[in-house]
Amino acid sequence: MTKQHPAWSPYDNNGGTCVAIAGADYCVIAADTRMSTGYSILTRDYSKICKLADKCVMASSGFQADVKALQKLLAARHLIYQHQHNKQMSCPGMAQLLSNTLYYKRFFPYYSFNVLGGLDNEGKGCVYTYDAVGSYERVGYSSQGSGSTLIMPFLDNQLKSPSPLLLPAQDAVTPLSEAEAVDLGDKLEIVVLNKGGIHREYMELRKD
Amino acid sequence: MESIQAKQGLVGPNDPIQRTQLPYVTGTSVVALKYKDGILMAADMGGSYGSTIRYKSVERIKPIGKHSLLGASGEISDFQELLRNLDELILYDNMWDDGNSLGPKELHSYLTRVMYNRRNKFDPLWNSLVLGGVKNGQKYLGMVSMIGVNFEDSHVATGFGNHLARPILRDEWHENLSYEDGVKLLEKCMRVLLYRDRSAVNKLQIAKITEEGTTISQPYALKTFWGFTAFQNPTAGAEGSW
Repeated sequence: MTKQHPAWSPYDNNGGTCVAIAGADYCVIAADTRMSTGYSILTRDYSKICKLADKCVMASSGFQADVKALQKLLAARHLIYQHQHNKQMSCPGMAQLLSNTLYYKRFFPYYSFNVLGGLDNEGKGCVYTYDAVGSYERVGYSSQGSGSTLIMPFLDNQLKSPSPLLLPAQDAVTPLSEAEAVDLGDKLEIVVLNKGGIHREYMELRKD
Repeated sequence: MESIQAKQGLVGPNDPIQRTQLPYVTGTSVVALKYKDGILMAADMGGSYGSTIRYKSVERIKPIGKHSLLGASGEISDFQELLRNLDELILYDNMWDDGNSLGPKELHSYLTRVMYNRRNKFDPLWNSLVLGGVKNGQKYLGMVSMIGVNFEDSHVATGFGNHLARPILRDEWHENLSYEDGVKLLEKCMRVLLYRDRSAVNKLQIAKITEEGTTISQPYALKTFWGFTAFQNPTAGAEGSW
């Protein structure tokens, strides 16, 4: 008896790329706003960035339904934390929670590639990078998603020596959108987190 | 992973897990757009059984509650099941009798959760849903796929519509379309689908929802043109063919 193969896959790749870079007392998180499936664009105006706590922002690419479910779960857990501890969750704390949440579904994973950005307990910028099943690491900068293979070498090159890069997220993503990533484009959403709060801006990218 | 049998019946202990389905009676594209006063949605009335067009009077757009329209493509029986769930939801909402009623955003969220949780159980509702509505002056138009992928936009389309209608809408849609222009634009999309989608039938309904309420048109047919010279003498270049 042959094994019955399913006629559908529970996963889809809705594309996109995320980047996060940590500074001395700030953090920049950026992601494109295109949502695609196969070679079709579903919408040009979809935000992949989610604010989880006052000092903690998550950007995720991959399968959008799983990303949404993950964001909802973390937001709910954060609300409970606030009720129980009467304060916001710290970024390192949220980082651990995200890792545990991802591993919980180790045998039917969230197809979600995340970067977490924010300020740690001392006010310094921090970036955490994840794989789909929760393995994570604190780093100075990272990118995830379809364009990450093109962005990471660029960031490695620019950020190996400490230099005040004005807004590297903008520069990091534009040259790559001119390159081969079919599912990257439309708009770039940039979020800057510092002690003054959260600031968001947009940049146009190619539309094709 | 688990090897528990989900369904009883003629299933033996060594049989494969039977949860994943194949669609049987399916509807094709739904196209919808936001216009000045609300949402316009169009779908034909065909229900295909594989490559046969078996049913020609299937209503694939239904009003839900006071503020929303739901259009579905894919498995018709799953759509009917969803309508039963939504009936119950709207009933409980009405029973609160508190002056509030579920709006399109809430329904879209509910449908997304239902579709996503069914896909988590490997037993999807085989539909692509379009949810549009107006509440308190706010227009809303969103889409959910059978695996839970959801988004909202100014114009959406399912199935073939995604490939054939969306580019037309991207080119010609603009903010504050009048009702007549909106209908013309939808008919243009439906006409292209009628020419190019083999599961389309020439009997469609256009539904409109505004703050005042819902109207679903009587079924009607689009005018098509087949008098191209290339069709006049098709065997001219190849004698003996048909």
